Amino acid sequence: MASITLDGLAHAYRPDPQGPKDYALKEINHVWQQGGAYALLGPSGCGKTTLLNIISGLVIPTRGRILFDGRDVTRLPTEARNIAQVFQFPVVYDTMTVRQNLAFPLKNRGVPAERIRARVEEIADRLGLSASLDRKASNLTADAKQKISLGRGLVRPDVAAILFDEPLTVIDPHLKWQLRSMLKEIHRALDLTMIYVTHDQTEALTFADKVVVMHDGAVVQTGTPEELFERPAHTFVGHFIGSPGMNVLPATVEGSTARIGDTTLALAHAYPHLPAGARIELGIRPEFATLAAPGDGVPAKLNRIDDIGRARIARAEIAGRPFAAMVPGEVRLDGSEAGIRFDPRQIHIYADSHLVTGEAIR
Amino acid sequence: MEKTLNNRAWWLVAPVFFVVAFSAVVPLMTVVNYSVQDTFGNNQFFWNGLGWFGELLDPSTDLGGRFFAALWRNLLFSAIILAIEVPLGILVALSMPRDGWKVAATLVLMALPLLIPWNVVGTIWQVFARTDIGLLGWVASALGLDYNYTGNALHAWITIVVMDVWHWTSLVALLCYAGLKSIPDAYYQAARIDGASRWAIFTTIQLPKMKRVLLIAVLLRFMDSFMIYTEPFVLTGGGPGNATTFLSIDLVKLALGQFDLGKAAAMSLVYNLIVLAVCWVFYTVMTHAGSGRAETEIAQ
Repeated sequence: MASITLDGLAHAYRPDPQGPKDYALKEINHVWQQGGAYALLGPSGCGKTTLLNIISGLVIPTRGRILFDGRDVTRLPTEARNIAQVFQFPVVYDTMTVRQNLAFPLKNRGVPAERIRARVEEIADRLGLSASLDRKASNLTADAKQKISLGRGLVRPDVAAILFDEPLTVIDPHLKWQLRSMLKEIHRALDLTMIYVTHDQTEALTFADKVVVMHDGAVVQTGTPEELFERPAHTFVGHFIGSPGMNVLPATVEGSTARIGDTTLALAHAYPHLPAGARIELGIRPEFATLAAPGDGVPAKLNRIDDIGRARIARAEIAGRPFAAMVPGEVRLDGSEAGIRFDPRQIHIYADSHLVTGEAIR
Repeated sequence: MEKTLNNRAWWLVAPVFFVVAFSAVVPLMTVVNYSVQDTFGNNQFFWNGLGWFGELLDPSTDLGGRFFAALWRNLLFSAIILAIEVPLGILVALSMPRDGWKVAATLVLMALPLLIPWNVVGTIWQVFARTDIGLLGWVASALGLDYNYTGNALHAWITIVVMDVWHWTSLVALLCYAGLKSIPDAYYQAARIDGASRWAIFTTIQLPKMKRVLLIAVLLRFMDSFMIYTEPFVLTGGGPGNATTFLSIDLVKLALGQFDLGKAAAMSLVYNLIVLAVCWVFYTVMTHAGSGRAETEIAQ
């Protein structure tokens, strides 16, 4: 049982990191609570796999410490940590049967044979592998192999956390759902911390209680899926989460009014303390902006309307910047002139890409 | 789907047929022709039927005794060098660097012996092993060893085996290295997480993944050592006595030394059949090794 604390962690693959550019992973302070289901979400190359490998002990960080329940394990080898990891491509020991595969971590740790047997059967049962226990692991399908990799982590009674590195990449789409719900079930049944690395927002948002969004080697936001959607702390989070992503427009903000181009908008909050010289942007999710007749809301140029099934999305331009908005059923437009209405309570103001919290208007 | 029958398609096979005929079948037929005849020179041939083959395969005759002696000698040699080169090659491959400039340097150094022509290898070792001017021979003598590869059969064998190991271990190592490089890092990482020992990593990950290249390496080394000629010929000339007379050397002695074309032809055909048979066994093993088909359904 462990909570995992990352204390001032940073990593550079170069031996002599100079500036922040050299760091694959910029300084991170974070606590993974015991029993939580976390997702590490970010595009390829954002440092999420590096972070995962540091936690599992495959990579020793350049700076900072990792604590498991307050015990410093930064320099402890992988096998001495109570960690299991499931990799992107299923790892099974080809020459062994499924049973031998599952027994392998226990055998290596010198667990008595009858305990191994009972434990392997229990875990195989949970993973639905009981019927294929005595088959050669190399002959199984990718999803069964991935279950075996997971099983090798689960059989160890000491395992406190399981790390997943994009585990569903090679799994058929219709089996992904099945495996993911099995993971959730296991998470509920066994009191395990699970950290799930992915670049797929659907996977992250459906799997995790808390999502850690990474961008360019740094954590930009940690929150529940709702928080990430409703209050993106960084314009990157706004872009990355949601489909289509959040609209971001350059704006000037004075008190509780914002100006986009020639249009003035009333905001729901006041921003008296915006940092001087910072790049100010206004962000709003397409779900909270609606297409309207010209003259209503902010003037926009409509390019096209996409029907995505559950809704229609207008692809427009405001002051030369692309903008997506919802199309209500009743709107009638001629030509490309249009207006877009903003829900003022859902407008966020960003200074240098970071969210600025507004104050109540006096 | 129905197949179209068209005899004109045979024309498409014709080029291959002619190339194979002229490059292999026709020359081989002259050997077959010799093997059933006897000659006393002067281009006069007499029909002998399967006589030579009968003699060759009967160890109690002169020819048969000589053939089986060379055959066992050659099999023993192949077994010894395989027993040394395969484990040694694996060991070398395991200790080769994984990345950085050292990889290129190691690969070039390892490839060097492979680039030296066979007869040059023989000459190098012939000089190297001489007790008067050769470094190896001289040092052995200076250390008080009674080393003499031209007079002592065991010394001759040791020298030839060491020469072959020096010449060909690189090949096994390079093939194994290629096999090792194809193992994704995740396997090693998973093994570390599973707490596997170094030995367990070797037996459960590295060896199974190297199995196919190892089979190729064993095949190549077996064939090559079974057909070895130049190096021992240059080094010992098959001696002392007949101690290092392997099949090829014996064949040349028979055909060109004694000019017994009929006997030599019969021997070369049998030799050829043995090589083909071993090749076929290896091929079968190899194609079966990697053919475990993925079974699609898993019991839920």
